[in-house]
Amino acid sequence: MQHDLMFKRLANEDGGTVLVEIDGATFNARAGDTVAAAVLAAGMIPSRTTPLSGSSRAPYCMMGVCFECLVEVDGVPNVQGCMTLVAEGMKILPQTGARYLSMAEQEMYS
Amino acid sequence: MSVRLRADCRETDVTVIGGGLVGLAIALGLIRNGLKVTVLDEGDIALRASRGNFGLVWVQGKGDTCPEYAQLSRLSARLWGDFAQELESFTGIDVQLSQQGGLLICLDDAELEQRQRMLCAMREQAGGDYPFKVLDHAQLKALVPAIGPHVAGATLGLEDGHLNPLLLLRALAEAFIARGGKLLSNASIGEIRQQDGGFSVVAGHDRWNSAKVVLAAGLGNKVLAPQLGLSAPVQPNRGQILITERIQPFLHYPTGHVRQTGDGTMQLGDSKEDVGFNSGTTTEVMAQIAHRATRMFPLLENVRMVRAWGALRVMTPDGYPIYEESRVCPGAFLVTCHSGVTLGAAHSGPIADWIAGKPEAFSLEVFRAARFDV
Repeated sequence: MQHDLMFKRLANEDGGTVLVEIDGATFNARAGDTVAAAVLAAGMIPSRTTPLSGSSRAPYCMMGVCFECLVEVDGVPNVQGCMTLVAEGMKILPQTGARYLSMAEQEMYS
Repeated sequence: MSVRLRADCRETDVTVIGGGLVGLAIALGLIRNGLKVTVLDEGDIALRASRGNFGLVWVQGKGDTCPEYAQLSRLSARLWGDFAQELESFTGIDVQLSQQGGLLICLDDAELEQRQRMLCAMREQAGGDYPFKVLDHAQLKALVPAIGPHVAGATLGLEDGHLNPLLLLRALAEAFIARGGKLLSNASIGEIRQQDGGFSVVAGHDRWNSAKVVLAAGLGNKVLAPQLGLSAPVQPNRGQILITERIQPFLHYPTGHVRQTGDGTMQLGDSKEDVGFNSGTTTEVMAQIAHRATRMFPLLENVRMVRAWGALRVMTPDGYPIYEESRVCPGAFLVTCHSGVTLGAAHSGPIADWIAGKPEAFSLEVFRAARFDV
């Protein structure tokens, strides 16, 4: 998963870190990061595959428009990473293809 | 910029007014009959029922008070397989036709009993040849494990199916053009008149002369028909549809209210509203649609909705189509229906053949608009 990182953090005042889990590995995100920013900083690229062709994608517009940043957050599929702030202990996984709506999931939520 | 004062005059064998599912299916069938065909389509201001529909190829329950309509719907369903293949061979577009049967889900026992009575009567009317099954809750759950616990059952119409209506619209237009048809957009229709044993239609800067003219303009037919001695008492009836994110396939049969497309999208319908020409959406109706869909399939509670739309059905007073050649202006034809998908194969086949001048394969007398003059 880990590519050469395309993004470097600016050194700015320390707003504190938020410990999250990205694709199974712990990662120190910054307080105020979106999930998409954390995903890019951690190098989880691609962060999803598309439902029809299965092609690989990563966060792109970072402002809620393009839906390329869909990931699974704490078991919830198809979350827009750029519209969601990181939270302590959050588990972030790639979104692989179309989501499932399984009977098990139905029972889990009910 | 110059202004043209006189319309340019153009010749064609048949002018079809309306470039939706109905007009294009007929136009394609006319080309198959060796005719030169021009389709005049309105601009983006058009109401375009063809861009808002649900995509069912549906037979069960249709025509319970009109056996001829039941027969026509079933004939079209039988012709659909070959028609879809023809479209794919000319365009490479797979319209995602699937005819494995369709479910009409009934939430309570009274609804299921009423439905069963209606289909039994239709089977009797069809001389026993009307394939359907009535499924109780357990039988339905065996077929569709995701069905909700409070659903009474369903009727399974073995001739029902569905397809992707937007791909169909594109395939029809591409096939028509590939076979030499002329499709003109932004062609708002002006005057239509009879002349020299044919017709003259003004569309924008052009005048189209043809031996025959077909009105397939949906709700627009109401205004156009009287110019040709025809009557099209059609009214808009709004349906709203909700669209969800794509999900892994779980629903392998279309249902009357919920279907999963070949791409995994869920379409949730529908409503029947008398709101004039307003094609918008309302929170109240969308909530009703979502509520019913989640009673049928509780797992949809967690699905994301990505868009919704309203579209206007083209409804006659009795809900049945009008197929009619003008007695005042022979050569002028009126076609209107609210099932442009289901009837598409029939429109492109026997209906187009009838307009082309072949002997009627079956009587269309019952579909004349005179039935409303009582």
